Amino acid sequence: MLDLSKYQSIGQALKDALDQFANEVCLIEADRERENERLTYCDFKERAHPLARGLQDAGFAAGDRASIIMTNQCKWLISAYAIFFAGGTLVPLDYKLTPDEQWQLLKHSGASVLITEYPIWRQLSTSAGRAAATSVRTILVTEAPANVELSGARRWEEFRGAGEPIFVSRARKDTACIVYSSGTGGRPKGCMMTHENYLEQCVALTSLYPFWPGVRYLSILPTNHAIDFMVGFFGPFTCGAAVVHLRTLRPEYVREAFPKYKITYVSLVPLVLKNLQKGLQVRFDGLSPAKRKIFNALVAINKALTKSRPRPGISRLLLSQVHEAFGGELRAIIVGGAFTEPRTLQFFYDLGIPVANGYGLTEAGTAITVNDLKPFRADTVGKPLPGMEVRIVNPAADGVGEVSVRSKTVMAGYLGDPELTAETIVDGWLMTGDLGRFDETGHLLLSGRKKNMIVTEEGKNIYPEDVETVFESLPVKEFCVFAANYIWPKRSMTGEKLVLVIHLERGQQYNEELRQDINACNNRLLNYKRIHGVVVLDEDFPRTASLKIKRNVLAERLASLDSASAILHL
Amino acid sequence: MRTLEQTTQEVLDLAAKHFQLPAGSLAPADDFFKKLGIDSLQTLEMLSRIENHFGIELPDYEVQGVSDFRTLAERIQSRL
Repeated sequence: MLDLSKYQSIGQALKDALDQFANEVCLIEADRERENERLTYCDFKERAHPLARGLQDAGFAAGDRASIIMTNQCKWLISAYAIFFAGGTLVPLDYKLTPDEQWQLLKHSGASVLITEYPIWRQLSTSAGRAAATSVRTILVTEAPANVELSGARRWEEFRGAGEPIFVSRARKDTACIVYSSGTGGRPKGCMMTHENYLEQCVALTSLYPFWPGVRYLSILPTNHAIDFMVGFFGPFTCGAAVVHLRTLRPEYVREAFPKYKITYVSLVPLVLKNLQKGLQVRFDGLSPAKRKIFNALVAINKALTKSRPRPGISRLLLSQVHEAFGGELRAIIVGGAFTEPRTLQFFYDLGIPVANGYGLTEAGTAITVNDLKPFRADTVGKPLPGMEVRIVNPAADGVGEVSVRSKTVMAGYLGDPELTAETIVDGWLMTGDLGRFDETGHLLLSGRKKNMIVTEEGKNIYPEDVETVFESLPVKEFCVFAANYIWPKRSMTGEKLVLVIHLERGQQYNEELRQDINACNNRLLNYKRIHGVVVLDEDFPRTASLKIKRNVLAERLASLDSASAILHL
Repeated sequence: MRTLEQTTQEVLDLAAKHFQLPAGSLAPADDFFKKLGIDSLQTLEMLSRIENHFGIELPDYEVQGVSDFRTLAERIQSRL
């Protein structure tokens, strides 16, 4: 691994990695049974440099912002490197957002370059939101069919400058990426992540979960996501490891990828991990009674032998069939994006497959705590990573309070929102809005949220303000969306739901017609953003002088209601 | 060549069979996340079955954001 303490920027570290590991494989891209690409670090450099030069020829300079909206594929990483090489700031956006949402964030970020894929551009180019994002001057589109008109965009494959690009150095405190943690509907939260944030986080994470040449990381989580950017790009590249991309994320192709590419690490969201567990459980349940007995005995022996620490060699020997299905090289599954149920973690650990369970948020530079497996603890989210100071603010009698973090990995602030930055980073401490406590061994246990938001099992952060716009046409006096857990605190991090609070017009009834109206609005939201119930409140909502709803006052009022009877299910 | 109506009906029949529902219990406008109570992964599994039936490949981007059978059938029809 490169000694990252010597580096000032992501671009500088990656530049050296491409030379140091020139002959190692860095990227494999597969689509179903087909392998599209297999690149060495040297090949990668040969692809990226002409693009970097092309960007520079187009006037792209230090500090300029370039956005990538792509599914996981080789060109994502090649483009990102070209942007860093040219001294740019990367704005990775979620390809699953709607085109209007993407334009809104492009406008907010001030990006002058957009790099995207043809299917995404087809949607983006016809979206009304395009008119607002006037800062975007250069648009590069990958994989566009021959002879199609690109509405002002240029072909990525043909966008090449002549000659070598000039490397542009950046300082540790300069912004490397603007990562949106939320805010598509209201107040965009663009986390300004510095080069130092990534360099420090990479050192901390790889001290627990190392990469080296020959390691293969299966990249499934979107690379715009903070976790995959770190463990599916920057981490493996600075260690000479390889990243495997799948263009088709159907469960059967993901399953096949493990043995086919001898995967060492993979990151998953809890939903996918649970699905894997379900699939394995069905197979175990299908064993004959005699085989099941032997299997259970082997699991029991494995549990006893791995009680204090993982022993991959022994586990692979004892439970060879399970491990062969995962390719026989899997060292750990990294799970993130949302809270994972302890029994799912324990299920995998008992099979000899450690799950690197942790806790983090984009604002903190990805991970704050990670399970160090010494020993494995399914009931906690692990201990703080090296370099992380974590404290519990205003703890109650049971020790539970708000988790706050101070570290070199904490973001510089929210882009263009000093007010929100000041609310979130207080005296150098990042207030996470999550509730938890430390146990006597220094492990963090999470127990709920202080903030008005939910996190789905797919790792999606949903802020109520972001979904409210779709309900604007409702024929009610006023409405507001809340996370149920925020109003009626529940000591849980799973099964979180949004509720719509409505105040009806005088004489109006909550009837079938209104319920259908609400459902129609709700169906316009992506499935994971939908509300799950309605609360009818027969009084005016408290408002500020500028007529904004006082959400915290309204939440206190709602808290006095009994949630079981107050929430009407749709 | 199938008509869109035929394709839609075949999609509905396949989904009903895949999720073990009575034939005719699904409608073109149904939101499959809500009607079937399934998550995004289960949807992907259903898509594989549909691909095999029609002998086509549906890239992930083609079905992104699709949540009703009619739109899904339209995307399939465009690739037949």
